[in-house]
Amino acid sequence: MKESVLTPIHQHLGAKMAPFAGYNMPIQYPTGINAEHDAVRNGVGVFDVSHMGEFIIEGAHALDLIQRLTTNDASVLSIGQVQYSCMTNEKGGIIDDILVYRLEEEKYMLVVNASNIEKDWNWIVGYNFNGAALTDTSEFTSLLSVQGPYAIDTLQKLTSVSLKDIPYYHFKTGMMYGIPDVIISNTGYTGAGGFEIYLNRNLSVEMWNGIFAAGRNYRIRPIGLGARDTLRLEMGYCLYGNDIDDMTTPFDAGLGWIIKFSKDFTGWRVLQNQKNKGSKLALVGIIMEGKGIPRHGYRIMNSDKEPVGIITSGTQSPTLKTGIALGYVDINLKAPGTPLLIEIRDQFYEAKVCRLPFVQSKVK
Amino acid sequence: MNFPQELFYTKDHEWISFENQHALVGITDFAQKELGDIVYLDIPSLNKIILAEGVFGTVEAVKTVSDLFMPVTGKIIEVNLMIDKTPELINQEPYSTWMVKVLLTSDDNKGSLLTADEYKALIGK
Repeated sequence: MKESVLTPIHQHLGAKMAPFAGYNMPIQYPTGINAEHDAVRNGVGVFDVSHMGEFIIEGAHALDLIQRLTTNDASVLSIGQVQYSCMTNEKGGIIDDILVYRLEEEKYMLVVNASNIEKDWNWIVGYNFNGAALTDTSEFTSLLSVQGPYAIDTLQKLTSVSLKDIPYYHFKTGMMYGIPDVIISNTGYTGAGGFEIYLNRNLSVEMWNGIFAAGRNYRIRPIGLGARDTLRLEMGYCLYGNDIDDMTTPFDAGLGWIIKFSKDFTGWRVLQNQKNKGSKLALVGIIMEGKGIPRHGYRIMNSDKEPVGIITSGTQSPTLKTGIALGYVDINLKAPGTPLLIEIRDQFYEAKVCRLPFVQSKVK
Repeated sequence: MNFPQELFYTKDHEWISFENQHALVGITDFAQKELGDIVYLDIPSLNKIILAEGVFGTVEAVKTVSDLFMPVTGKIIEVNLMIDKTPELINQEPYSTWMVKVLLTSDDNKGSLLTADEYKALIGK
């Protein structure tokens, strides 16, 4: 089991720890998921997500390689910009959903899911025919995500970099809390606004303490992976391994907007074909009409109680106090408002398709 | 963590208290802490006789779902309606927030219930 450098801090704070993607990670702290969720929606919270993977791709052939591997068009990125993208296999299935950072003229960083680090690395190496320089920096990098309406005020106390001048999906590299070469990225997985901070893992304890000191007046809290999941689900963001995997295509998952057919990439032909023919399934937001909490694996029925799909992620929304979910349904049932039934312990509970996000996002 | 001496316990983390032919059943302080924020209680067994160790309902926290097991054999004659509106009471007051009231129909399983000290030893407290 791998450990974050911050593990002793999480344990000292009384976190419930559990294995996630091979890392021993904090799931929740003693005040519980609802309080953590509320802190991020209305105050500020800090996630240790150092388990995420980071790969550096550099050299004259870096962009070619990224264009070949990913569905979005990385050629439009300026230095200091970030892009949501995915890598697809020959069948158009999603190998991973990733962030692409353009660090320098010919230097990029890919941020990948912890559970996919090895798979992604092998896939990328296998396509590196022209010898771009590849480095897996996951083991040396910590990632702290500071999210919520007071994230910017908290972090601004620690840096002379003007945070309000970093637009959404952009970043700056600079000094924070006296620590050099920190990537300060206006991104996140919560819809609450805030920044993701990439830094040398040996300095992450110092940074964690600095952030908590700066956020004291905003009642800053540590946030575990439990609330990370409820926060992202309220936004309708996909979680790899639950909502998307090697068998689902970006079109199935409603990620058609990150596919650019203007350039070639692995899976291009299959996805072009799917675009023309249309998907059979659609990933939709589902909200319960009354009681019942939809969970991963529960069956979705139409109003005649015929099976039409399956829930891939579900929870009680801490903001709405209602069950919400993502699930795949027959394409003909994807319109918001379509009535559905969710099978929960052999009973049918009323639900309907809901436009995403479930809770209004604070990011542009 | 608190385990009142006057209650009996199960290895599945329910508590039970007896009064003549009736009993109240809930979950322990340890169980509520393990579950985290409780958001839903599903008891489809009202007016049914459930055998000892049978499932009488389900408790749901934000991220987890857990079955509830009957400590003894009996008929579920009442469900605590307070929990419907305020499931967090189970987190706040696990021993005063009973989940079901049971009419005992057999003494079968009474002997296998745990005392507070035995339960504490079981969970290592």
